[in-house]
Parts: sequence; C-alpha cells; structure tokens
Amino acid sequence: MSKKFTERLGFALLAASAGLVLLFLGMILFDIFSKGISVISWKFLSQPPHQGMTEGGIFPAILGTFLVSIITVVFAVPLGMFAAIYLHEYARPGRTTRTIRLAIRNLSGVPSIVYGLFGVVLFVQMMHLGTSILSAGLTLGLLTLPWTITACEEALKTVPKAYREGALALGATKWYAIRTNVLPYAIPGMLTGVILGLARAAGETAPILFTGAAFFLPHLPKSIFDQFMALPYHLYILSTQHHAIDKVRPIAYGTALVLVALILLLSFSAIWLRYRYRQRLKG
Amino acid sequence: MEKPLLKMSAKDLKFFYGSTLALKGISMAIRKNQVTALIGPSGCGKTTFLRCLNRMNDIVEGARVEGEILLDGQNIYAPEVDAVQVRKRVGMVFQKSNPFPKTIFENVAYGLKIDGDCPKSEIAYRVEKSLKDAALWNEVADRLHDSAIQLSGGQQQRLCIARALAVKPEVILMDEPASALDPIATQKIEELIQQLKNNYTIVIVTHNMQQAARVSDYTAFFYLGELIEMNKTDKIFTNPGIKRTEDYVTGRFG
Repeated sequence: MSKKFTERLGFALLAASAGLVLLFLGMILFDIFSKGISVISWKFLSQPPHQGMTEGGIFPAILGTFLVSIITVVFAVPLGMFAAIYLHEYARPGRTTRTIRLAIRNLSGVPSIVYGLFGVVLFVQMMHLGTSILSAGLTLGLLTLPWTITACEEALKTVPKAYREGALALGATKWYAIRTNVLPYAIPGMLTGVILGLARAAGETAPILFTGAAFFLPHLPKSIFDQFMALPYHLYILSTQHHAIDKVRPIAYGTALVLVALILLLSFSAIWLRYRYRQRLKG
Repeated sequence: MEKPLLKMSAKDLKFFYGSTLALKGISMAIRKNQVTALIGPSGCGKTTFLRCLNRMNDIVEGARVEGEILLDGQNIYAPEVDAVQVRKRVGMVFQKSNPFPKTIFENVAYGLKIDGDCPKSEIAYRVEKSLKDAALWNEVADRLHDSAIQLSGGQQQRLCIARALAVKPEVILMDEPASALDPIATQKIEELIQQLKNNYTIVIVTHNMQQAARVSDYTAFFYLGELIEMNKTDKIFTNPGIKRTEDYVTGRFG
C-alpha cells in the first residue's frame, strides 16, 4: 500500500467517525423536533397539565426546573469558584493537593442516582430540608461541583503568570493581585464551564427523584421548601409511568423538545460568552 | 573621586531551588543612582539574583534563600519585613513586556490603587508624570483610555516602566528589558535608563554585552551561580581582572 493511500484511508476513517457522531445527534434532534413541534404552543408552555396529564401544558415543570437551577447556581457557583481559587492559587503542590484533585475528578464519575440517595440522607433527612426545591437544588449543586471546580481551575490556568507577577511586583498583595488582575480575566471562562455544568444538571432525573420532584402537583410551589415538578422527571413519567402512554406520547415529545431547547440555549450562551471574552481580550 | 553611596548589598546570598544550589554565596554592592549591569551566560543565575532583590522568588515553589540582602542597611529577608513593602520600594520590569489587558491609564494607575488611599487627582497627576518620565506621554496622551495591548512592543515596555515608576520605587530592576525589541525601540529604552538613573538606582540583567557597556556604570559577571568579577564597567570591558571575564566579554564563550 502506498503511503499516500494509507494516509487517505486514515483521513477518511477520522472524517467518517466525526460524521457518524454528527449523524446520531442530528437523528435525535430531528426525531424530537418532528414529533414534538406539533404540541408546542403558548398554551402548552403556560398552562398546567389537565385531565390526568393527557391535556394542557407543562408550565409547572418548566418553572420547577428553572427554580431548582437557580438554587443549584447559587450554591455551586460560589463554592466551586472559591474551591478552585484555593486549589489553583493557594494550595501548595504536594500529596494533599493531589489527593483533593483526584477526589474531585472521581466525584464527577459517581453515578447521578448515588448523588440522589446522598441528597436524601444529607439534605432531606439530616438537615430536615424536606423533599423540596431546596434539597433537590443542593443535590444537583453537589453533582455539578466537580465540573464547576475543574472548569474554574482551567479558566484560572489560562490567565498568564505575567499578570500575577506584574501585579505583585508593583506591591500588590497576593489576594489583591488575584482579585483585580486574575479573576476579571478568568470569570468568563469560569462562567462557560458553569453554564455547561448547569445544562447537564438541568437534564438530570435521578438526583431529584427522591429529593423533591413530584409526579403531579395541583398547584405551583409557594416557597423553596415545597415540592416541584421538573421537565426531565415529567418526561420520564409521561414515557413510562402513565396509564395512557399512547395518549400522552405527543406531550412527552413536546416536553423533550422544550428540555432539549433549554439545554441548547444554555450551551449556546456559553459559546457566545466565550466568543465575547476572546474579542475583549484582543482589545 | 568618592564612590557613590551604597543603596543595596548582598551578603553571602545563597539560593536553592529544592536541593539545587543556584546561587553559591553572592556578595555585591549596588550603588545609589548608578546603573549596575548583571551579565553572564544563560543559566548563570543573574536573573535569579535579580529576583532575589525584590523577593519575587518568594512565590517560586520550593525556593529558599540564605544570607542577607540589605536595602538602606536593612535586611529585606528579616522575618519582620513584609515582601509586599519591599516590592513597593524595589520595582521590576520584566523581560517580556506584560501590559495588563486594561487601558493605558489603568495600567499605570494599577499600583497607585492598591492601597486605596490615593486621591483621584493625585492618580491622574502621577499617571501623567510617570508616562512623561518613561518618555511615552507624547505618544499616548490622546488615547489614554485605549487598550494597552494595542501599543507596539517598545511602547508596551515603556508603559511597564511607567507603571513601575508610578509607585515611586527607589530601585528599579530590569530583566533584559530590551531583548524582544527592535534596535530603535532598544535605543529608546537605553536612553531612558540613562535619564532614570538621576532619580533611581537601576539594576539591569542583559545578554547584550554592548548594551551593558553602553548603559551601565558597574558590571557584574556571573558564571555558574557565582559572581566571578564586579567592577566599574569600563574596567570590566577594557581590563578585566580575571581570565574568564575577559573570555566572556570578548565573545570567546557564552
């Protein structure tokens, strides 16, 4: 076989792999879109389910997912950001720091149902927060922490050493240098990671299953200590647990479409943010 | 003629990276309002020594210093001395110009805002004065609020000098400040150094022998972590006392 031919073959294989991945993504999106678009209407987005969920909309589930996401962000973003600053800027390299990092990396591999059970024990039972928006949000926060910390550390890594040294050489304390000459340039990168982590969390079912998500609620939650309906759980119920599965199938597809659209929206906002940030650094 | 006053001095300074001894007991006098050049081949310890003079090596992991560095008679490595205060008195300009991705004005004002007690009018005055002292004012006066990243390489380095001047240091350390610049920008920096020495004490690391000969009053030759020879610059370049110095300055090795 000539060298040129092997190279072409290799190249074709790589291109085919990439194409296949895109094809699958396209098929999933097409399937959801084509079967879900028919039920999407303002009514579907703004009304609660009626008639045993066979009619009406999914507004409580949208609201629930939104509220839980807010708790997740409020909890996980500052905590993850501070942990990353500590690990990257202050912790001395050595066995302890390495162990902490390894633990964080491994946490991201823990199955989400385990987070769910852990959330029940810690938040629902031990801390007496009940099955609620708060408990579920905190559980999802734990789930996203490894991602948040890793993304924030990566963002800190991209800030040149020269910015830190330059500030220190002018008589800045370490914290002042980090606060004024490192964080401002790392935060957009941090946000990108945080948004992607959130996008994942918003689509999770297992962690909220026992910690606060409800099958059906006749009214909207009044506080963060109430139970809630959520898009992924609603989708799960409509596809597998409902007594008239064939009847609710279009609603299930509509729910899936809304969920996917929400997550795509988050991902695109992350991309947009990164783009803006690069433009700004170019000056 | 009387020798100029002593500004800083190193006394048997040893520097360790982990277990590696990078500076093997350096003793040196740095005289006030004079330019001291540190020369020597790569890896000889001249930059390490420079960074000991404002305790920038404190932030290097596994670094350890023995011996003393005196600034106006006080040991800057004494336990009661705060490295942050040392760096306010001993400023630094880096090899690669490092303007912050802020405006020109914000760059020069950065050091003035650290303590948060400098009035706005004073900041504006000192930004202008520092830019003038760094011979950059005429080129940037009408665009102080543009990004500093857009300046040319030579302008960026003079901006970094202005930024260092703004906090009113007594000593300015320069680590190969012109190594990345073209000949014209280099000439501007060298002229600037000549003017600055009226008000500041300057220590400059350079790879460029001609530059050391042109700008400095004293030259110190480092080799393998040791100070081989230090003397008046014209003496080092015309009549060095040690063979190895002569070999280096005449380009026989390096």
